[in-house]
Amino acid sequence: MISAAWRHAGHQTLPVMFGYLPLGAAFGILAIEVGISGYAALAMSVFIYAGAGQFLALALLAAGAGLTEVAVATLMLNSRHVFYGLSLLKRFQGAGLKKPYLIFALTDETYSLLTSQPAENEPSHALDFRISLLNQSWWVLGSLMGVGLGSAALFDSQGIEFALTALFIVLTLEQACRLRQSRPFVIALFTGIGALLILPDRHLLLGAIACACLLLLADYFRFASHRRTQC
Amino acid sequence: MLNDPVWQLIIVCALATFATRVLPFVALYRQADHPLIIHLGRYLPPAVMLILVIYALRDLRPLTPDQTLSFDANGLPLLIASLTVAALHLWRRNALLSIGLGTASYMLMVQLSGTNL
Repeated sequence: MISAAWRHAGHQTLPVMFGYLPLGAAFGILAIEVGISGYAALAMSVFIYAGAGQFLALALLAAGAGLTEVAVATLMLNSRHVFYGLSLLKRFQGAGLKKPYLIFALTDETYSLLTSQPAENEPSHALDFRISLLNQSWWVLGSLMGVGLGSAALFDSQGIEFALTALFIVLTLEQACRLRQSRPFVIALFTGIGALLILPDRHLLLGAIACACLLLLADYFRFASHRRTQC
Repeated sequence: MLNDPVWQLIIVCALATFATRVLPFVALYRQADHPLIIHLGRYLPPAVMLILVIYALRDLRPLTPDQTLSFDANGLPLLIASLTVAALHLWRRNALLSIGLGTASYMLMVQLSGTNL
């Protein structure tokens, strides 16, 4: 018997389900193709639980990257989570035993759902917890499907790794539509293509992101000193 | 198990991912309104996303060495599928549709060209 509270939360996570099942399956299939075991793939969805982060982990694994590079690249890729947390500091106060899980399960999609609750509803840690848990369930279920399909080779999955590229293209367009400023994209083009030209493949991502971060800091201080001289 | 590079990678990724999520809750909340934090929070994610696109397309080679169109997986199929994703997303703004159709088109092209069309 499914309670009304879970049905309410389940209804809210439907759009995420439609995204997480195929993407989780794509992850599961790609994981098998990269050559890791089904258990390892499921462990990643249970204990890492980060869409782009898990695909990145597979890419780094396939490229034979070192553990330091894996750690730095993951920190860089997921640095946006820091800013999600900042805006939920008050929201998660007093969540008690649910709080560690709410923080652990804070993906882009869960953050979007939690922060787009109707304003008239009182924030509820119980509802937040149900949404977070259901979202991860869709992701793990999708991964399980992918591991099963990939292992049994039920269909020819050659080329499915393009889902990763497509995901990044979509996220970039979403960022561009939201921001409507060219500055970070000019910096990314500059460092990305620069790194492509001078860095070996395994240091490409790390080098480009670190340089972009430094340029953004320089950008900030340039504008900060500009503001001071105007005063 | 801890000697297996795959499990080492899983542990490092899990810890690094959780670290990014838990960091503000343990350390940064007093600086939440610092303009530098706001600046990076605003501009770093879009920059990272575009770098990831460049990274994912790093092997794109639409032309063969003798300047003819390449039908290899990293040639025209990759270019066409990428443009399909971008065009679909600008048109419908539906992430699942863009990713699903783009990936399906890529798989179709790659698998058909593999059978010597």
